[in-house]
Amino acid sequence: MQIPQPRGPLTDELFGTLRAGSDDFYPVLAAGATDGEDAALALWVLHELHYRGFDEVRDDLEWDPQLVRLRGALERDLEQRLRERFTPPVGLSFVEDFFDWVAEQDGASVAAHVQRDADREQVLELLRSRSIYHLKESDPTAWVVPRLGVRAKAALMELLYDEYGGGDPNRLHHHLFAQGLRASGLAASYGAHIDEVPLEVLEQNNAMSHFGLHRRLRGAALGHLAAFEATSSMPSRRMVQGLERLGFPDEMVAYYAEHVEADAVHEQLAVRTICGGLLAEEPGLEEDLWFGAFTCLDLEDRFARTILQRWGVGEDRKEEVA
Amino acid sequence: MSGSFEHPDVVLCPGGPMLLRGQHTVEDPAGVAHETTRPVTAVCRCHKSSSLPWCDGTHKLLPERLRPT
Repeated sequence: MQIPQPRGPLTDELFGTLRAGSDDFYPVLAAGATDGEDAALALWVLHELHYRGFDEVRDDLEWDPQLVRLRGALERDLEQRLRERFTPPVGLSFVEDFFDWVAEQDGASVAAHVQRDADREQVLELLRSRSIYHLKESDPTAWVVPRLGVRAKAALMELLYDEYGGGDPNRLHHHLFAQGLRASGLAASYGAHIDEVPLEVLEQNNAMSHFGLHRRLRGAALGHLAAFEATSSMPSRRMVQGLERLGFPDEMVAYYAEHVEADAVHEQLAVRTICGGLLAEEPGLEEDLWFGAFTCLDLEDRFARTILQRWGVGEDRKEEVA
Repeated sequence: MSGSFEHPDVVLCPGGPMLLRGQHTVEDPAGVAHETTRPVTAVCRCHKSSSLPWCDGTHKLLPERLRPT
């Protein structure tokens, strides 16, 4: 993957230093971000050093102390912003009440617009935005595995085994999405569309990486997973109908069709066996489960509002359930 | 932590599907056999799924009294 285009003074300084192969990042630490996009893109690039890296960046910089320090500062700002938006539900049990809580959140839905009204260009833009996560689908959650007790670990692996194709590379979900992108005439290489995605997409991805990379936030990571899975089946069905309406190729339709059935399973596993298993072993993490779940729905709602507003779609486009 | 855990092959989810672990063949009301393809499969219990016999999450749209118990 190539380093993205900078979006401000921090990313300008950071990307220049990364490209130069230097490990003197003091000027970067001094640069500071001028706005949210600059900070979010810097954090996205620093997180990516822990996934697949960049063609022009030395692999050993993944654990450079100055870059880890910068990453930590950007992550603290991100987590503080996310926590300020969150109010823990009172008197609810995560395992018993989760699906009803999700149904009450009533966020804006891009899938409902795709199903009925979106044009081809809008759907192509949406697929490019989704590609930032879908081309590494489940990878942030995989980091959580070694941080769990026996029950939650076995339960998470049962779900992840399906996400990663059950041993068959042809069924691996992010491979299915790449095939769908290629068939739709879009670049399918990892991170190919990063330069055009809005702040909200960067924040969605940064939150998942942040939760996944920190053992302290294992509860938030699994709560996020539960909310993601619980808001996937029906929107995926809407995506299937919208993609078929617009004549998108079978490969792209197949990706979403797979998620209709897979996530009807995964939402049950995520809430009952994964989060339930975590709570049986670490009951003190229930509030973190809710924090992760809320953050998932809140960030998707912010993304949906941004993109629907830009397309001139009114805010009455709600999902019946999540 | 104790040495053994509950890990049933069949799980009836309150208000939702039946989870089946492992490879199975499910016969629908028309007598058509459907093979499971994933490690865990959700079988519809509300009979409103568009992917019968598999669950597609439609039970969540139903009023509580119409959801499976």
